[in-house]
Amino acid sequence: MDAPLLSVKDVSIAYKVGALDIVAVSNARFDVPQGSIVGLVGESGCGKTTMARALTRVIADNARIKAGQMQFAGQDIVSLSEKDMNSLRWRDIAFIPQSAMNSLDPVYRVEYQIVEVLRDRGGLSKSAARKRAVELFEMVGIDPGRLRDFPHQFSGGMRQRAAIALALALEPKLVVADEPVTALDVIIQRQILDQLRSLQRELGLSVIMVTHDISVVAYICDRTVVMYAGKVVEDCDTATLLNEPLHPYTMGLKNAFPDLHSAGTGILTPIAGSPPDLANPPPGCRFAARCPFATDQCRVEEPMLTEDAPGHFVACHRAVEAAALREEAKQPGTWGTAA
Amino acid sequence: MSDPIIELKDTKLHYKIGNAVSAMMGLSTTVKAVDGVSFSLRKGESVGLLGESGCGKTSMGRILVRLEEITGGSARFEGDEIGDLKGSDLQRFRSRSQMIFQNPFDAVNPRYSIRKTLEEPLANAKISRSTWHQRIIDALDLVGLGDPEQFLERYPHQLSGGQLQRVVMARALILEPDFVVADEPVSMLDVSVRAGVLNVFRDVRDRLGLTAIYISHDLALVRYVCERTIVMYLGKIMEDGPTEDIVHDPLHPYSQALVAAVPTPHVDQSHDPLPIGGGAPDPRNPPSGCVFRDRCPRAQLRCADEVPQPRRIGTRLVACHFASV
Repeated sequence: MDAPLLSVKDVSIAYKVGALDIVAVSNARFDVPQGSIVGLVGESGCGKTTMARALTRVIADNARIKAGQMQFAGQDIVSLSEKDMNSLRWRDIAFIPQSAMNSLDPVYRVEYQIVEVLRDRGGLSKSAARKRAVELFEMVGIDPGRLRDFPHQFSGGMRQRAAIALALALEPKLVVADEPVTALDVIIQRQILDQLRSLQRELGLSVIMVTHDISVVAYICDRTVVMYAGKVVEDCDTATLLNEPLHPYTMGLKNAFPDLHSAGTGILTPIAGSPPDLANPPPGCRFAARCPFATDQCRVEEPMLTEDAPGHFVACHRAVEAAALREEAKQPGTWGTAA
Repeated sequence: MSDPIIELKDTKLHYKIGNAVSAMMGLSTTVKAVDGVSFSLRKGESVGLLGESGCGKTSMGRILVRLEEITGGSARFEGDEIGDLKGSDLQRFRSRSQMIFQNPFDAVNPRYSIRKTLEEPLANAKISRSTWHQRIIDALDLVGLGDPEQFLERYPHQLSGGQLQRVVMARALILEPDFVVADEPVSMLDVSVRAGVLNVFRDVRDRLGLTAIYISHDLALVRYVCERTIVMYLGKIMEDGPTEDIVHDPLHPYSQALVAAVPTPHVDQSHDPLPIGGGAPDPRNPPSGCVFRDRCPRAQLRCADEVPQPRRIGTRLVACHFASV
């Protein structure tokens, strides 16, 4: 098997808030294989966006990568100088934000912004950059006649497409997309996902897709990394994750998610409680307080992320019993009542 | 069959946009947020209003609790025109019809404790003060906030999103309304807590026999909560019928696209290209005839000339010239 394009090893990222050090990402470890789409899923505050942003090293002023490595095409992103990192951005690693309005400057025409990136980062001449901008718009399915528009003249879907065009401008190897379709209507969402996937195949890109939506992961991601309270709790190919999850949190998420094409509506089961306060994380497993299967061991000893089966990583003391736990997890009574 | 509690006939809500200058230049124009909508709700019925942003579903909900006044047609609550209610009749209507908003953190005053948040509607409705405490406790209990006393002196920022949305629901229910409009009540919440809020909504509705409108862009959520669904597009109803029928066999080309576009939590799902492209057109300038025709794979010349009127097909009303079973 080829070496992965990106290999995140034991990365911890902390925010300084007053005197507190809040560790938003703690010992994260996962790989992004060459030419694949990897989902980074979890709930708000689980660290998925912080992790994704750290890959471009554009993180908040009070945030700091405290430990770990991010091996990307032979270099460690964590230890690169700012100058080397800068030359990596756009050219090798590009970012698509959740709200495309945030990546497009409202006072400049869209064309100017794309041309600027191409000239400044790609060293293209003005006329070559203009030609490339037309190609990019055609590629993402916007009429190149709209290049002279301002961002506010675009619909939400068009802005997101423009952000994708901008990200692909210099043919990066890795695209990090932070909830790229969350703000969009379901039909546009589907069109953007389809577009992203066909481009990914055509150009041989790798994509990291940050999302909270299991259906989006199921639709588009080859592999999926599940995060909870700053930790990677499970990481494997998407089919296995959905069909034979090993971590109780993944099992719980599945129960909580409505499925339009199921035979009946059944009953959705919430996961009782809420994630721990990261300023003061509990000892042991961070999911233990909400986990119906937690034992005394779980509450004191932190489970390490281990490779349970080839390519299937999980951080749970009871992973060996997963088959039985999956059956139990299907019973609504298992999950108690939500607070 | 009992009389409808809600009855809309050719209801319109048109917004004028632009100012005096644009009017002089002939640029002033009208946005038809709701344009000739008719449906009725029986007591105890739950209906999902489904559609993309800008389809008029939220405007529709706001009309029904009189946060907006209609500009044409009729909208009645138990036979009375909602816009004509005055004085004590309006006061009574206000306590009998309630709205649950999308973002709980925007829907409450951050400087009010939970107790004060829940006291406000009781004060407005001039409920005897001696009963307040018990009613507040009962309402919190109803929405599944166990051990309600512990929440009373807390402030919104001290609650999780799921807990606060339950408080917002308790506030809507504390006056024992007959009719509730819920506008995307779980879209701001995390997946693991959504299910809890949805379950409470279903449970309370059934227990109190509430008539409910559930506004959402997510058909999977609507299906979980409502037996009937109304699909809207650019201010008009495209399809209206039992939710299960719409999910399994949508008749309107727009409903068909919506159903096909929803991803499911399974790897083995269809990746076929959608039957329609593009996004909704500019609502200031909708197409002639059928508003959906410029995206419709089945559009013919007739669709540009003639607005399709809702027709009964089996269990459903469908506004399409060509839809059939």
